[in-house]
Amino acid sequence: MTPALVDVQGLVKHFPGERGWLGLGRPRGVVRAVDGVSFAIAPGQTLGLVGESGCGKSTVGRAILRLIEPDAGRVTIDGQDVVTLGASALRALRRRMQIVFQDPYGSLNPRMTVHQMLAEPLSIHRLASGADAERRIAALLEEVGLDPGFADSYPHELSGGQRQRVGIARALSVEPQFLVLDEPVSALDVSVQAQVLNLLADLQQRRRLTYLFIAHDLAVVKHIADHVAVMYLGKIVERAPAPALYARPRHPYTTSLLSAVPVPDPKAQRQRIVLTGDVPSPAHPPSGCPFHPRCPHPKKDTRCRTEPPALREVAPGQLAACHFAEQPL
Amino acid sequence: MTEPLLRVRDLKTYFVTEHGSGTARAVDGVSFEVQPGETLGIVGESGCGKTVTSLSILRLIPEPPGHIRPGSFIEFEGRNLLTLEPRELRAVRGNQIAMIFQEPMTSLNPVFTVGDQIAEAAIVHQRLSRRAARTRAIEMLRLVGIPDPEERVDHYPHQMSGGMRQRVMIAMALVCHPKLLIADEPTTALDVTIQAQILELLDRLQAELGMAVMLITHDLGVVAGSADRVVVMYAGQVVEQAPTAALFARPLHPYTEGLLASVPRLDGPPAREHGRLHGIPGQVPAATAWPEGCRFHPRCPYAWDRCRAEAPPLLDAGGSDPGTHTVRCWLLTDPKRRTPHP
Repeated sequence: MTPALVDVQGLVKHFPGERGWLGLGRPRGVVRAVDGVSFAIAPGQTLGLVGESGCGKSTVGRAILRLIEPDAGRVTIDGQDVVTLGASALRALRRRMQIVFQDPYGSLNPRMTVHQMLAEPLSIHRLASGADAERRIAALLEEVGLDPGFADSYPHELSGGQRQRVGIARALSVEPQFLVLDEPVSALDVSVQAQVLNLLADLQQRRRLTYLFIAHDLAVVKHIADHVAVMYLGKIVERAPAPALYARPRHPYTTSLLSAVPVPDPKAQRQRIVLTGDVPSPAHPPSGCPFHPRCPHPKKDTRCRTEPPALREVAPGQLAACHFAEQPL
Repeated sequence: MTEPLLRVRDLKTYFVTEHGSGTARAVDGVSFEVQPGETLGIVGESGCGKTVTSLSILRLIPEPPGHIRPGSFIEFEGRNLLTLEPRELRAVRGNQIAMIFQEPMTSLNPVFTVGDQIAEAAIVHQRLSRRAARTRAIEMLRLVGIPDPEERVDHYPHQMSGGMRQRVMIAMALVCHPKLLIADEPTTALDVTIQAQILELLDRLQAELGMAVMLITHDLGVVAGSADRVVVMYAGQVVEQAPTAALFARPLHPYTEGLLASVPRLDGPPAREHGRLHGIPGQVPAATAWPEGCRFHPRCPYAWDRCRAEAPPLLDAGGSDPGTHTVRCWLLTDPKRRTPHP
């Protein structure tokens, strides 16, 4: 087995809780946004990180790149420890790890042309200048499927799909090995979403990229991921190779997420598990299994309310944190 | 056949562009009907004219730059909405026809409690007292499945999650028991789990209240489970119209086919077995310059000379009941050209 390119062990990020009136006063409690997350991604592979809003999945992506400082845990990229790195060494490593954001409207500078946005990382990392830079910018635009004529456009002149392509080109400009894709297609129309997913798959193959693909929709993830990790309230509740997870999900939360995906077939007769309520606040997580208040499993009992289930191997390579993982829904 | 609740005929809504140099024909001759109590799905990509169509029905198009062209016709319960006086129109808007929008955060007023916002329509349209309207607001919050409605009624929008805000929007829209609810991308900004909750809620409320729903979305997966009939829009026109089962069993317009192939599916092959999606190449053209001939031809895998030269009318697709499945595509006259997807 090849050594992992990205290795995350026991990642923790807590935020101070809500403050009292007008944000004055002491923060009350802590928000356990990420609470001991571990996974590894082999070179050239994709891990899909899935969960609802507020489960901590974006915080994981950002903490790995140290866009926010993790509180505890170990992150290595290609053998290099990211967490303890000094500022200048971190800047050098940033060349090898990049991020694409969800919101193609908010993540591009409205005052910069596409050309300027792509030229900036090249000059910061001293990768190319002059005619060489021009060549690389033209090649990047072509690679992400944008007409070179867009080089002089500003973000407001582009559609959502085109902006997302610019975001991808910008991330690729420094030739990274590892990309965090934070909900890169959630804000797009399905037709454009399909184009961008295909583009990401092509780029991965051509450049042998490693992806952490963050999403809330398991159907989208199925089209790109080799492994899938499902997060709930700051913890991974199931982690498995994609085929195993889709064929036989072991955690009732995974099953519920799968059943929430709309099926484009009016004849599909299936049992819908509609989860009631919202995700509980990570500032006040439920006792025992954090999923127990919403869990549809018929066997759930007092143990679920009192004893937090450990993430354990249920089938070869398939880990689940559920007392009843042997009898999935 | 019952009388339709809403009848839209040859609706044309144009906008003068910023520099006054051109005209954006955002909605360009759209016709459809909504029957009482049914759910009509309106599907298409951003820029196809779905939202402008729904805003035209409520006459919420800002004039200028927009205007609804003479010859357009929107009839609701036998009355032409386009000729109503502002006062008569206000009695329809929010009362008999209500609308919910995509952005639950920006369409709620941050400085009023959700209870006040729900009660407002009941006070204005049904002349309820403040006290009665508050009781009605609590009832509505309970109806849309918000826990502790007596307490939640005094909360502000920022104290609620995205899914709860969308429920509040639905409560606001339904407070006067409208006959028609226009839901414009009601679940697009939400997680799949919350999307499933909201769609189920809309289904349940529709059955309980007997209203008709116009469900506007870019995702054919969303309409499959809830719509009775589907209208597919492209470039300001209706390109296909059919009962939901017929549309999914036999999508005839290449655009419908492409939209359906774009939906990520759980029953498809996994990534490493070439689980590629067959999207639609390119993007919706600008409304100031729709292509000549068939407006879809530059993106169509089957297009030939005729498509580039001649705009197809809506053609009947045959089937058991004539007129129920119509398609704006020349392939219907020459089915042999529908070769397997290239």
